Amino acid sequence: MAASILRRCRGSLQRCRAGDVAALHSGPSPRRVQAPGPIASGRRAGNSPAGERGVAPWVAVVGLEIHAQISSNSKLFSGSQVQFAAPPNSLVSFFDASLPGTLPALNRRCVEAAVMTGLALNCSINKKSLFDRKHYFYADLPAGYQITQQRLPVAVNGSLSYSFCVGGKKNQMLTRTVRIKQIQLEQDSGKSLHDDTRSQTLIDLNRAGVGLMEVVMEPDMSSGEEAAAAVRELQLILQTLGSSQAIMAEGQLRVDANVSVHHPGEAYGVRTEVKNINSARFLARAIDYEIQRQIKELENGGTVMNETRAFDYKLGCTIPMRDKEGKQDYRFMPEPNLPPLILYDTKSLPANTNHQQVVNIDWIRERLPDLPSVRRVKLVEQYGILPEHSFTLLNEDGLMEFFENVVRQTQMNPKKVIGWILNDMLGYLKQHNLTVKESPVSSLFLADLLNLLDRGAISSSAAKQVLEELWKGEGKTPLQIVKEKTLELIQDQQELEQICQAVMEGHQEEVMEIKKGNRKVLNKLIGLVQRTTRGRADPVLVKQILEKRLSQ
Amino acid sequence: MLRVSLREISAALKEGQVSPTELCQRCLSFIKATKFLNAYITIAEETALKQAEESEKRYRRGQILGDLDGIPVAVKDNFSTAGIETTCASNMLKGYIPPYNATVVQKLLDQGAVLLGKTNLDEFAMGSGSTDGTFGPVRNPWSYSRQYRDKCVPSSHTESGDSKWLITGGSSGGSAAAVSSFTCFAALGSDTGGSTRNPAAHCGVVGLKPTYGLISRHGLIPLVNSMDVPGILTRCVDDAAIVLGVLAGHDPKDSTTVQDPFKPFELTSYIDASKLCIGIPKEYHAPGLSSETRALWSKAADLFENAGAKVIEVSLPHTRYSIICYHVLCTAEVASNMARFDGLEYGHRSSMDKSTEVMYAATRREGFNDVVRGRILSGNYFLLKQNYENYFIKAQKVRRLIANDFVNVFRSGIDVLLTPTTLSDTIPYVEFIKEDNRTRSAQDDIFTQATNMAGLPAITVPTALSEKGLPIGLQFIGRAFQEKQLLTVAKWFEKQVNFPMIQLPGMMDHGHTVCHHQKSAFFS
Repeated sequence: MAASILRRCRGSLQRCRAGDVAALHSGPSPRRVQAPGPIASGRRAGNSPAGERGVAPWVAVVGLEIHAQISSNSKLFSGSQVQFAAPPNSLVSFFDASLPGTLPALNRRCVEAAVMTGLALNCSINKKSLFDRKHYFYADLPAGYQITQQRLPVAVNGSLSYSFCVGGKKNQMLTRTVRIKQIQLEQDSGKSLHDDTRSQTLIDLNRAGVGLMEVVMEPDMSSGEEAAAAVRELQLILQTLGSSQAIMAEGQLRVDANVSVHHPGEAYGVRTEVKNINSARFLARAIDYEIQRQIKELENGGTVMNETRAFDYKLGCTIPMRDKEGKQDYRFMPEPNLPPLILYDTKSLPANTNHQQVVNIDWIRERLPDLPSVRRVKLVEQYGILPEHSFTLLNEDGLMEFFENVVRQTQMNPKKVIGWILNDMLGYLKQHNLTVKESPVSSLFLADLLNLLDRGAISSSAAKQVLEELWKGEGKTPLQIVKEKTLELIQDQQELEQICQAVMEGHQEEVMEIKKGNRKVLNKLIGLVQRTTRGRADPVLVKQILEKRLSQ
Repeated sequence: MLRVSLREISAALKEGQVSPTELCQRCLSFIKATKFLNAYITIAEETALKQAEESEKRYRRGQILGDLDGIPVAVKDNFSTAGIETTCASNMLKGYIPPYNATVVQKLLDQGAVLLGKTNLDEFAMGSGSTDGTFGPVRNPWSYSRQYRDKCVPSSHTESGDSKWLITGGSSGGSAAAVSSFTCFAALGSDTGGSTRNPAAHCGVVGLKPTYGLISRHGLIPLVNSMDVPGILTRCVDDAAIVLGVLAGHDPKDSTTVQDPFKPFELTSYIDASKLCIGIPKEYHAPGLSSETRALWSKAADLFENAGAKVIEVSLPHTRYSIICYHVLCTAEVASNMARFDGLEYGHRSSMDKSTEVMYAATRREGFNDVVRGRILSGNYFLLKQNYENYFIKAQKVRRLIANDFVNVFRSGIDVLLTPTTLSDTIPYVEFIKEDNRTRSAQDDIFTQATNMAGLPAITVPTALSEKGLPIGLQFIGRAFQEKQLLTVAKWFEKQVNFPMIQLPGMMDHGHTVCHHQKSAFFS
């Protein structure tokens, strides 16, 4: 009895002091809290109170609510401009500030963006949808309610397929599908800046009223990595459609995760909501942390509370948000100032309608661009590259275009080009924290370089030297660099023969070794020849010459 | 000169018999002379004179903007007016100066109208007496009329007689009093459950509630968005048609206005009554209906019948649920609409600032009166998750039934319904305040409120004086968007009844110039 009370106390103490506990995880390089993938932590069950479930593994259930800011010139219900990082309160119409008597007027572009997104996510589009008011008092919500689509959203019942790499070397692709429950149009809120020292809150209403699409994903995922992959795929789709710029760093894509754990075959556990995960980097980590936290809590005899938590990316953990006492009742009510949103298809479109006044679903469907999944298949088919390479090409903004530009301008086999792009170029960019667009080497120069390599003018190691030079971004062409540094392959057989001979003479011990039968040493000799020629020798040719001479 | 109709004064302006500035000045000085009526919250003297001056220039150039050019008008203080304080008669909005004009205000100004000021009302238009605003109650000009005083206030020359002053009805009581006391030629009210028609009837003026969706609500500070309609108060039906012609039409800023273009119309003086079918809803024989009003209603029906019209008793079976249903829907929307008044962006902000929540609570307690706070409380209760189905949804369903009642009646061939506007003539303030706001609203909206549920157009026409010498109005309800038909019938009726003009002895400088009808031809 006493022990159980104690345990409960400890449990609540841990909850209260989550910040302190979490601080343990902080440090220069926060360690990964958990291996990705479905959780099987049965081994740890030894820590759980005796007589409980034994060694049954835990399964996590993850659902997502994603808010994507619609890319539009003006806000959802007002004519104010939408712009990131404008001076505070410079983009606020009378409606956005909720001046009495102002009314919402729906922005057609936002509706089209939602329809487009719904179609891309295989949703059925509701030809009639409704707007509702969701009430709560908050300083950055000037009207005291948010206009959203609670009862009848614009799109429902879709699905999203996403893939991610598994296995030790991350070389195995797994594809999963998550159901999309709905997409609803709603208003964004403003921003509050809390100044604790002066105990003031500053309000910026620039964001208030910007159009959002809330995409609700069913709890079909079971790990942070899956969730991250699903979000990444959604992000790519939104960016391809142009319905949202979906830049997480600018808050255009915000993720709330519903997380619970349970034993297979049992009912779902109590879920927590991890709010406002605004960084792609921390998405998987936040969810995995929360999964592990819940497992630990349960295994220590505690309970998971239905609460809202925030991910503190500095501490690397989730902490409970100071929530209102008790449950919020949002007192939903139909928005009386907006008639039902009616969408048409070509069949239902009334004759003589002004096309500026209506949204035609079929018209939008016909104009949908190729979605990332289709593009990947095309890349694999067209260039013979591996599926995982096609993912990398699409995941990096602009990389696919770069790759295709290089392929177009070179005779080299795309299968070889992809290696240069993904290993050499992307490696360099990542190392220097650059985007593809910021690459100092243009697709044209890289293509020139690969052409030199492909037609045997330079060796592959010389090509790498040229690339090193190109990164400096001095504007020299690959050919110029090759000339300046005299990196051309030695075409003269005679000259190579002499160099090989000289190397052999200088390394009699190695020659003896080889002659004794240790063929491995041959590579050392080849390397020595390369060093002498500064990579200008054709390694195949060098090998031939050396073998010929060694056997003499 | 101030007593003539809008159309007549418009003609006088065009003929140069009076200049806009002169007219404006006369109205302003008369507003001051009748200040005790408390009809106006704000008198926009400076801007009004400027507008009159501009109008005068246009008249001199012969480039007037329209029929309203130079015409002094008043606007209920729940319409946003750029640069002019807009209070809703609430502490919450004292000192609030909107940066924009309501669409209807803008349309008036675009026609050259001269905006004299903002008229008094119940706080946020919640009431049926114009007694519950922070600036005090509005007094009915008929309290001081010869017709009333002769009959009911024997010692009319002493101060004690003043204690029997009468309410205007509401909530657009200020606008009704302003038109009735000749301080302006037309006024805007708002009508959610009868707020234009009720005071119009009590003040002996015409009050028109157009079809929902015909006139923009943009800039009207809402009571119930799904029922609010800007109302028009004038001295006669023709004037209402002129103002309607100016105000009606689609507004991109109000998505609930209809797209169909509106064609302003002129009313014919003659109608073929034999082609007319008038419906008398039997449910409107409500308890509390005064025998006088009932008799007048019946007489009016006879009038149509004698003129050859078909007069048929019809049934609107769900009428009796209207008030209770309205109570749920109204308070729910009120709770929602009032949420924005938190003291942050505009209006009153409490000095209690321990926390944001404390500030919200104190601001709203200090800013709203009991009536508003009470409605917010009930509304939030009805919207709670556990109550929503039982109250809000149910009320919406009943609303549909009420609307269908009208659809069925009109489908059966009825052109226009004829009903009382109010239960009786108006009563003294001291009587009125014996019941609370909620009870009064429930009683007084009984004949007017169902049309707001159904969104239909309705007009009250001053019909006759009661035994006490006070105006009684009757109401016509028309088909949706059939304002022309409705007003044509109303105009014909107006002509038949020949309602007497209010006589305000000692208040007007040029009383003798006015020819008033000594006796109503109808109520004899």
